[in-house]
Amino acid sequence: MAMPAEIPRTEPIVETTDAPSRDLHERLNADGAEREAAVVELHALLLKAARFEVNRRRDSLPHLRGGDHDDLAQQSADDALLAVLAKLDQFRGESRFTTWAYKFALLEAGVKVRRRAWQGREVPLEDEAWAVLADARRGVAHETETRDLIAALGEEIERSLSAHQRAVLVAVTLNDVPIDVLAERLGSTRGALYKTLHDARRKLRGALAERGLDVGGSNRREER
Amino acid sequence: MSQPHERIDPARILARTLGPDGPELSCEECFAQLDRYVELELAGADAEGSVPGMRAHLAGCPACDEDHDSLLSLLGTD
Repeated sequence: MAMPAEIPRTEPIVETTDAPSRDLHERLNADGAEREAAVVELHALLLKAARFEVNRRRDSLPHLRGGDHDDLAQQSADDALLAVLAKLDQFRGESRFTTWAYKFALLEAGVKVRRRAWQGREVPLEDEAWAVLADARRGVAHETETRDLIAALGEEIERSLSAHQRAVLVAVTLNDVPIDVLAERLGSTRGALYKTLHDARRKLRGALAERGLDVGGSNRREER
Repeated sequence: MSQPHERIDPARILARTLGPDGPELSCEECFAQLDRYVELELAGADAEGSVPGMRAHLAGCPACDEDHDSLLSLLGTD
């Protein structure tokens, strides 16, 4: 699919309903002026989503000035536009087209915000993670089962995981490094690092279970 | 630098390090299904039944979970 020569700059927020959503997808697959107008409309939608995301994450970017936030949203919308146009034939109509398109803008903006928030910051060393575990253990000094589980967890992180698995697990789960930031630093991707994290977690669960420890099992989402 | 000592919650640490139990989607599968999943949620339908493994992935992947929350919130404002 041909890319637009210039990414359109748009300001207005476009109203979205089901019918125009279907129309927009059809018009993006058309030719000439009709398609160009549809691309402008799509960019406006993506910019709306990107601004929404940047505003949601504004507190993580206290060092940015006012215009910087909108620049970040514009860059996100531009990158999302290219991604959406490149993947247009992958839209299967399982959701509204606008919903499908929005997720690209939210992803781009979310990743950019997290990386900007960590710009110039070092990824914490593994030593800091051991302090986290030690503090957690002290916090449950009277809960023998949990205290022993945390102690064993620390031992298995050191013993059962490869160096790469340990680095990813420690950074993401104990030192709170966003996975997109770690991916950028390691020249990897979110998906690849999550696969590493997933494998590390499976190893840890297996090792702890072999020690007779109850690792439980829930898919509880974290309170934030 | 991070300040991990500000919020040491043993339950949170165990949840984050051990992750969800059972099968879960990958990040790529999550992104591919996210729009459908969120629309099902907003419609009050059985989103997890239609996209098995999504809930577990969102529990295990903070970045995808944030993307999910953002899409849910954005659609809620439309």
